[in-house]
Amino acid sequence: MNTQYLLDIIYLVASVTFVIGLKMLSHPATARKGNLIACFGMTLAILGTIIIHDEKVQPIIYTLILSAIGLGTIAGWMTAKKVQMTKMPELVSIFNGMGGACAALISLIEFQHMGHQVMPVTPEGGMDLSGLVEMLKNMAHQGGMSHTAKLAMIMAGLVIGSVSFAGSIIAWAKLNGTLNKPIRLPQYNITNNILMLGLFVYAFLIVNGNVEGNMHVYLLFAAALLYGVMFVLPIGGADMPVVISLLNSFTGLAAACGGFMYNNKAMLTGGILVGSAGTLLTLVMCKAMNRPLSNVIFGAFGAGSKGAAAGRELTGNIKEISITDAAVLMNYSKKVIIVPGYGLAVAQAQHVIHELETILEERGVEVKYAIHPVAGRMPGHMNVLLAESNVSYDKLVEMEEINPEFSNTDVVLVVGANDVVNPAAHNDPASPIFGMPILDVENAKNIIVNKRSMNAGYAGIENELFYNPKNSMLFGDAKSALTKLVSELKAMD
Amino acid sequence: MNSVINFIGNNIQMFYIVILMVFVGIEVIGKVPAVLHTPLMSGANAIHGVVIIGAIYVMLHTDPDNILSLVLGFLAVVLGTLNVVGGFVVTDRMLEMFKKKK
Repeated sequence: MNTQYLLDIIYLVASVTFVIGLKMLSHPATARKGNLIACFGMTLAILGTIIIHDEKVQPIIYTLILSAIGLGTIAGWMTAKKVQMTKMPELVSIFNGMGGACAALISLIEFQHMGHQVMPVTPEGGMDLSGLVEMLKNMAHQGGMSHTAKLAMIMAGLVIGSVSFAGSIIAWAKLNGTLNKPIRLPQYNITNNILMLGLFVYAFLIVNGNVEGNMHVYLLFAAALLYGVMFVLPIGGADMPVVISLLNSFTGLAAACGGFMYNNKAMLTGGILVGSAGTLLTLVMCKAMNRPLSNVIFGAFGAGSKGAAAGRELTGNIKEISITDAAVLMNYSKKVIIVPGYGLAVAQAQHVIHELETILEERGVEVKYAIHPVAGRMPGHMNVLLAESNVSYDKLVEMEEINPEFSNTDVVLVVGANDVVNPAAHNDPASPIFGMPILDVENAKNIIVNKRSMNAGYAGIENELFYNPKNSMLFGDAKSALTKLVSELKAMD
Repeated sequence: MNSVINFIGNNIQMFYIVILMVFVGIEVIGKVPAVLHTPLMSGANAIHGVVIIGAIYVMLHTDPDNILSLVLGFLAVVLGTLNVVGGFVVTDRMLEMFKKKK
């Protein structure tokens, strides 16, 4: 039995599990199984790579590989199990960055190895025949890839991986709140584009042999890291999910470069699959926010629009509502729709809101949740958070389906959401969120907005909904306000 | 120009895979509901962790005397494992919550 073929078959199986896994991940009923299937394929491919190969390998290498995997498994497992659900987007970003860094490191090492293969010379300066034979053997093993082509793949993997790594770390810091303001150098768009062009030219010169030496590769590495930082820095925190999704597909491409380099079909299929699915997902997310991708990356979200928002003074009265009044209003309603936002998650109020829902349902009130596509910090994030507190997902209704229902709803309770219910998206062309699909809560008979203060939302703009005569504000931290609301409701029976 | 054609010709199978996979990727997540965007992104994130195979491969072909390569390779395997294990576990944790209530 040819062991190389066995490995190839394992990689084939792995590739198929990736496709099936991703397919199943896109349906709620099969998603979990799909993840496990892809995980199984990955495990198989990793084990196969370690166990099956022709060359003799020193025990020290095995020890190193196994301990590295052990270390990574423990650290990855612990972080993934321990982290709070609200911190999910940050975590995905970090793990993505690790993949990018892995691809960049592989390229660095491969480049080093290449250095030894390029000029197989004897100490006397003559051509070393055995070295040459060795080199040709390696080439044959790597699927007839020429020196230049391999170098090109190494450079591509290095650049894409580094950009993805540096960008993900910045994205993580932004979501985390460490870097909470978009930092814009003057002319950042032009600077960034010049830097990107420079990266291409530099990489081309290295591949083409115009410049030689390790120094240049390290410089390219540093420049790619710098570009990754500069690329994400000017983008606002609200757009991070889109950026992470984009960087996710970058890492996929970096992995695919590795696939080319080693003629490894599993890496190639896995990488390209994620690259293309990730790009599509990025576009879908942009569509949910009604903004083209170019606007997210190069756009001046917040910068140009801040002036516009400030220019439009909102006037009118803001009504406040007491806990008791809110409880009475909801208790005697037929239909209540809850609009959860990130503020709910920050206050860790997802369990209390489920309690509120249960009590109201017991009293015969119909309760639904209206989920805006970008509620939370990532599309679908809110669903995950509510599911965590046992809210049945039949009750989570997507925007297009729930919007017509608002007109026959008695009370809409908005908890910690702001921009996704801002009518400016419909009627203020100067607003930065103009054109974004929103939840039409203003059609409901009563609106109660729970907020900590009158501060603007994530997009940094005022909300005219608060001045609507049908609207009343319930100020306070989401968790304590909802807890009081629940006990008030209980007392009423 | 010549070298580009040679490159494509020598790796024509790989190019077929790339192009077909682009379509598969688009097709496979074409109709995903917004509910699953986050888990899907996370799942895809885990799948590109396949880059770890490259890290293991490079380790297997590293000369035990080449300390720099060994250190970088070790780091690459650790990071790759983090990507794979963390990615799959996080995705599973998210999806675990999508149970249907009676």
